Amino acid sequence: MPHRPDPYGLLARFENVEGLLAGVGAVRGAGYTRIDAFTPFPVEGLARAIGFEERRLPWIALIGGIVGGAGGFLLTYGLNAWDYPINVGGRPLNAWPAFAVPAFEMMVLFAALAVILGLLILNRLPRLNHPVFEVPDFRRATVDGFFLLIRSDDPLFRVERTGRALEKAGAVGIDEVPS
Amino acid sequence: MATVHPESLTAPSVDYRSVTRDVAAVPLAFPSPRAWWIGFGISCVGVLIFLVSAFWLFYRGVGIWGINNPDFWGLAISNYVWWIGMGHAGTLISALLLLINKGWRNSLNRFAEAMTVFAVIQAGMYPILHLGRPWLFYWLIPYPNTMTVWPQFKSPLEWDVFAVGTYLIVSVLFWYVGLIPDLAGVRDRAKRRVWQVFFGLLALGWRNSAIHWQRWQVCYWILAGLALPLVISVHSGVAMLFAGGLEPGWHTTIYPPYFVLGAVFEGFAVVLLISITLRHAFRLHHLVTDRHLDMLAKLLLAFGLMTAYGYLFEGFGAWYSGDLYERQTLQDRLSGDYAWAYWGAIALNFVVLQACWFRAVRRSAAALLAIGAAVTVGMWLERFMLVTTALYRDFLPSSYQAYVPTFWEWSLFLGTIGVFFFLFFLFVRLLPMISMFEIKEVLQEEARGGHRAAPS
Repeated sequence: MPHRPDPYGLLARFENVEGLLAGVGAVRGAGYTRIDAFTPFPVEGLARAIGFEERRLPWIALIGGIVGGAGGFLLTYGLNAWDYPINVGGRPLNAWPAFAVPAFEMMVLFAALAVILGLLILNRLPRLNHPVFEVPDFRRATVDGFFLLIRSDDPLFRVERTGRALEKAGAVGIDEVPS
Repeated sequence: MATVHPESLTAPSVDYRSVTRDVAAVPLAFPSPRAWWIGFGISCVGVLIFLVSAFWLFYRGVGIWGINNPDFWGLAISNYVWWIGMGHAGTLISALLLLINKGWRNSLNRFAEAMTVFAVIQAGMYPILHLGRPWLFYWLIPYPNTMTVWPQFKSPLEWDVFAVGTYLIVSVLFWYVGLIPDLAGVRDRAKRRVWQVFFGLLALGWRNSAIHWQRWQVCYWILAGLALPLVISVHSGVAMLFAGGLEPGWHTTIYPPYFVLGAVFEGFAVVLLISITLRHAFRLHHLVTDRHLDMLAKLLLAFGLMTAYGYLFEGFGAWYSGDLYERQTLQDRLSGDYAWAYWGAIALNFVVLQACWFRAVRRSAAALLAIGAAVTVGMWLERFMLVTTALYRDFLPSSYQAYVPTFWEWSLFLGTIGVFFFLFFLFVRLLPMISMFEIKEVLQEEARGGHRAAPS
């Protein structure tokens, strides 16, 4: 089909969660890999079914927490024991149990900021638009629609053949996503 | 109201579409504009009262208040403790019940978190308003300065700057991360351009991708795991402001847990008040059912009894210490000038609470409204009592002095209540006040467990 540019992909709607999970299994079994699914709420096991697992975010949070906690402690220690030593009732200058409180708060703050930044950056958000929004039916993804997308950069992707595969997988409606 | 399946959290009529319709309709096509404008107007008056009281305070100084030597704290600090405590229940409902996988939180977490954010804002203002020279509040922040001095990090006062600041930021972020998918939901239903742009920008382009959901869930769980110890540290820090000093009646190890439990107790009472009011005002009885109220009432009872244990142990500790001043303060609490606050707190917090042992009471909105109101006032009396009875008579009999709050202290308190309601009215008007996607999650789980027909 040289006269028409490839679409962004094919978007298939399924009746419910079980239908979508079965559909994902079917197209994965047929060898498709560049796929994504859209659901109104997080569905357990769906990400794994499409071949994705998130491993980086917990580490990002951990690094944020370590930076915040260590930074908080160094800040309090550096200011109260080194740069401007304050003797309070003869207690040790390095009063680490007291410094642990601001250090803990900084740890929580930095871990939270890191994990949220990580979420946005890994998800490539915020963004103003995306090809899937061109499909009018896609609004149902935030209401009651369960969608499966096969992107056109999948090596097996051919509009007709992929459409038939989706139909066979149990899709109740298929739309082309314009690129 | 409709009968609820014993295993089901929401009414049987609820399905995916009806959840979005009922919740998203509130900001997009506001159902009761008249009542809202009246309430919003009254809260605007409250904001004005706040502004006038704060202006007069800044202009004349803290001398317009009734605080004196030895009672330097007065209403400013008891209100601070009261406001920040209220917020903790919102975080606990959201974070703790998420981590232990209690789906019933999903009808309540959104507005409970809103309550947290707005209450912490009121709390955060009080210590600054209470400063003798409030324009120098930034001295509490460690920044390189020409005086070449730094804050004193061994002081609970400095801990509170970090704790409350972190708590406010993390509460707002936790709330917002939870809101993003629902903002997208409202965006997709918005017909008017102004709403499409407003919710479109706030939703950050969220598109419900399974990969995004997976990351979102990991992020949300980590935030919940961080928020939980944060709450405990924040209110323990507040308690250390008291326990860290030598003041009789404050200087005891029971204070941090006693304060945290009391705070959560008070917060659950306010969550009850808000749930009952909102579901009545917007006819959301099918989403916030009597079963939700039942659970809240059980938690209220549990935390109330734990707080009561704090009362008992506080008295025991004072007696067992054998310290003359500790015993004197205990006696002042039981029978001194402010005994009305002590016994008022006992009556409103614990006597009324016992009704929650009965299932019929836990399922009655009217009864819970009364109990919630009683505990909210009772916990205010408790915070007032703890601050005032310890201060007005300390070690030096020659400086014993009664503390009577003045008009401007009451007006400032009224003003912060006005600001709280002002923010809450805006929240109800502009944002989805119940978590749509999390209720759908519960519907799906219940369908899978065979507790309801498969939703479509």
